[in-house]
Amino acid sequence: MSFGAAADPCDKCEEMLQPFLDRELSDSERAEAEAHLDGCGYCRKRYRFEDALRRFVRQAAVEEMPPDLKQKLADLRTPLL
Amino acid sequence: MGETTPEAEPRRLAEEARDRVRFEEDALDLADQVYRVARRLVSTREEAEDLMQETYARAFRAWRSFQPGTNLRAWLLRILTNLNIDRGRKQQRSPDLQPLEEGDYYLYNKLEEAGREPNVDQDRVDERLSQDDVVSALTAVPHDFRDVIVLVDIGDFSYADAAQILEIPIGTVMSRLHRGRRILKRELADQAVSAA
Repeated sequence: MSFGAAADPCDKCEEMLQPFLDRELSDSERAEAEAHLDGCGYCRKRYRFEDALRRFVRQAAVEEMPPDLKQKLADLRTPLL
Repeated sequence: MGETTPEAEPRRLAEEARDRVRFEEDALDLADQVYRVARRLVSTREEAEDLMQETYARAFRAWRSFQPGTNLRAWLLRILTNLNIDRGRKQQRSPDLQPLEEGDYYLYNKLEEAGREPNVDQDRVDERLSQDDVVSALTAVPHDFRDVIVLVDIGDFSYADAAQILEIPIGTVMSRLHRGRRILKRELADQAVSAA
């Protein structure tokens, strides 16, 4: 994955968003993405939004276990003789 | 091998009981974390509770097959995801459905078009999207994609663990995660814009 001369660099940057945040890019790809982000406010805003979105999804999706369920699970243990 | 004396058998039984109790306590300590994943793999709280009880009942029966020192949370989730599929999840699937997905900037662009440009200086995503938006959008993501998102993005599992839990190649985990996140963002965009 790289920023070819013919391709729109912002399209390429969009393609690199997920592997960038997942730290899956090679060193050279990462450097290339960072160089583009340094000079492109359009992509930079969208990268920051994605990062915040992931954190929000993680937090919003959490639902704590009902307290009585833990006891029900504990009751499934093998009885001690 | 040398311990065939009559007094060796009670000792072996006592050691086994101690290992079993330790296993059960360790598994129970992880129940909160397992539940958070279970809750988002299914649609309702009741389903999640049933699935948890089936999982723990099976895990306690099969405790000898767990290899100490390996990832117990992943082991429990593997039982849970297998049970979830066994429970008829396949009936809910639409195998030929190709979910619509857009590029990774789609949600941001939609919010911007709707006149609600995200304030990136404050990262206030929660001003544009609610917890309910996220839960509904996740529910709308087809199961194969949702399973991977839930394990990696909510359960904090590595790609390798997710691959092992779901018994699929790691490359499939990566492609489903990539596409699943795009589908999720499309769903979020639909909800956020229709609510605007």
